[in-house]
Amino acid sequence: MTQASFWQNQAQAPKQTLAARIGDLAGGGVMGALAVGFCILLLAIAIFGPLTNLLLWTVAEQWYFPHTFPARYGFDFWARVFHPDGNAFVSLRYSLVIAVLTVIFCLSLAIPAGYALARLALPARALILLVFLVPQAFPNIPVHINIARVFYQLDLHGTVGAVVLVHTLHGMVYAVWIATAAFGAVDKTLEEAARDIGAGPIRTFFTITLPSAMPGIIASAIFVFLESLDEFTGTYFVGAPEITTLPMLMFRAGMEGNYQVASITALVLLVPSVLFMIVVERFLRADVLAAVGR
Amino acid sequence: MAQATAFYLTGLIMNASRFSGLLLVAPAVLFIAGLFVYPLSYSFIDAFTVAGDDAGTRFSLANFVLAFELYGDDIVFTVLIVSLSAVLIASGAILIGGYITLGTNRFLVNAVRILYRWPLFIPFIVAAQCMRTFLAKNGLMNGVLVEMGMLTPLETTGFLDWRGIVITFVWKQLPFVALLVTGSMASLDRAGIEAARDLGAGRLRILWQIVVPQVMPTLIVALVLSIVTMMSVLSVPVMISGHSPTMMTVQMAFRVNAYHDYGTANALGVISYLITGLVAWIYLRRGVAGKGGEK
Repeated sequence: MTQASFWQNQAQAPKQTLAARIGDLAGGGVMGALAVGFCILLLAIAIFGPLTNLLLWTVAEQWYFPHTFPARYGFDFWARVFHPDGNAFVSLRYSLVIAVLTVIFCLSLAIPAGYALARLALPARALILLVFLVPQAFPNIPVHINIARVFYQLDLHGTVGAVVLVHTLHGMVYAVWIATAAFGAVDKTLEEAARDIGAGPIRTFFTITLPSAMPGIIASAIFVFLESLDEFTGTYFVGAPEITTLPMLMFRAGMEGNYQVASITALVLLVPSVLFMIVVERFLRADVLAAVGR
Repeated sequence: MAQATAFYLTGLIMNASRFSGLLLVAPAVLFIAGLFVYPLSYSFIDAFTVAGDDAGTRFSLANFVLAFELYGDDIVFTVLIVSLSAVLIASGAILIGGYITLGTNRFLVNAVRILYRWPLFIPFIVAAQCMRTFLAKNGLMNGVLVEMGMLTPLETTGFLDWRGIVITFVWKQLPFVALLVTGSMASLDRAGIEAARDLGAGRLRILWQIVVPQVMPTLIVALVLSIVTMMSVLSVPVMISGHSPTMMTVQMAFRVNAYHDYGTANALGVISYLITGLVAWIYLRRGVAGKGGEK
């Protein structure tokens, strides 16, 4: 389109702004679809470029300038990382033990709290819900620094327990908010029916309420598990150097310039995160998701 | 006697049921108090005190003076990086959400929907490791650009400075903000959009004048959460660009690890609370001025 004919078209349709014209161009017709398609291609490259780079590093045995791609491929570094006496198994065990303990501790605090927030009459309910969000509203490095100092005084620093406590602090908002939403979504008439035929409150909770809320609780457990698995800053301040979780191992390898080991460890951390991204909607039903934070 | 005991127990249970809600919430709230509020109070106390003459401590602003003297550049650097990232994230989220909401080509809309959220749950430390090798002077990005003939080897520059930090933050945080914004756009009343379309409004105009104002509360909540996250991440600045000037998080860790200087570290911490507090305050003012926002 020449400049002249462009302005002619403008004159014929004086209501449309230039922005609106570009918008319509990008939406309708083959050219528009191609333009949008090109933008989407750029988005895909921006998202997957860095990830491809990571994957290449995991199988690169030699990769140096001026080679654009690795000079030699192989799984030597995998064998080294996953050698039975290697650091990776120690780190993997630390990471899994800490994540499982964090889930157990976090849910044991969040399930009663979530039930009470959803079902029982509480003074200042909105305020209590907000309390769990507050730790997310502060930049957390200064808090970690001071937790580490308190733990030094209590002789807790560098123990699994210390790391579990810090990870629980991070997981708490997800656990409590999702549990509250999940209990809130349980059909009250079912509970009333159980009470009517003679079940006590505790029996009703364990046979009706808890099973009904289970998908939401499982979702929050997965959130907390992943949060713990990926947590770096808190572990760095309260756990290092004794507790070497996978992120700590990755960080050390990366800073030492051992990109293969760092990339393989990163890939191990990446897999559960991506799997969860794909299945998250299956666990968190829309009605529960919509009720989070209410 | 037995009757009296039974009566007493019943009374106790009645009383307990009134307070059972609080009892059930108490452990979780106490946990937050012990592991968050207590350490947080330390950070304020330490920031505003220095060792006194007689083994005690006294109120002083010396820590802040030192923090500004040594790390003034880093504070400015942090504010600029976080602001630039937030602007880019907001623009990206509006474009992605807008296209998913208003796009007409179902194939392309689905492509965007599937694509954009990949980095959502990827840990920051993994993102930092990806970018560290991808954006380096001799990294994959420059290598491919050279292969394609778009750059010569002499023109390549590494992005492992403030640009690398911004790129990593946007890469990692954009999906989170876009997810919330897209969800909020999906729940809008379509009638207003259709009416504007019937009147001949283009899609960019509908996006800017009709859709964006309505999702503003969600966008701002998502941005505030994102900004706090960016102010909290240690791994990205350390791994992408640890040399000065760098982000305040790096300097706080350095102050504690190298000098055991909790005073200056906590002064920097309080400054970072103030920066995020300012952002939250702007949000709350908007919320009060408008109709309260969502959540």
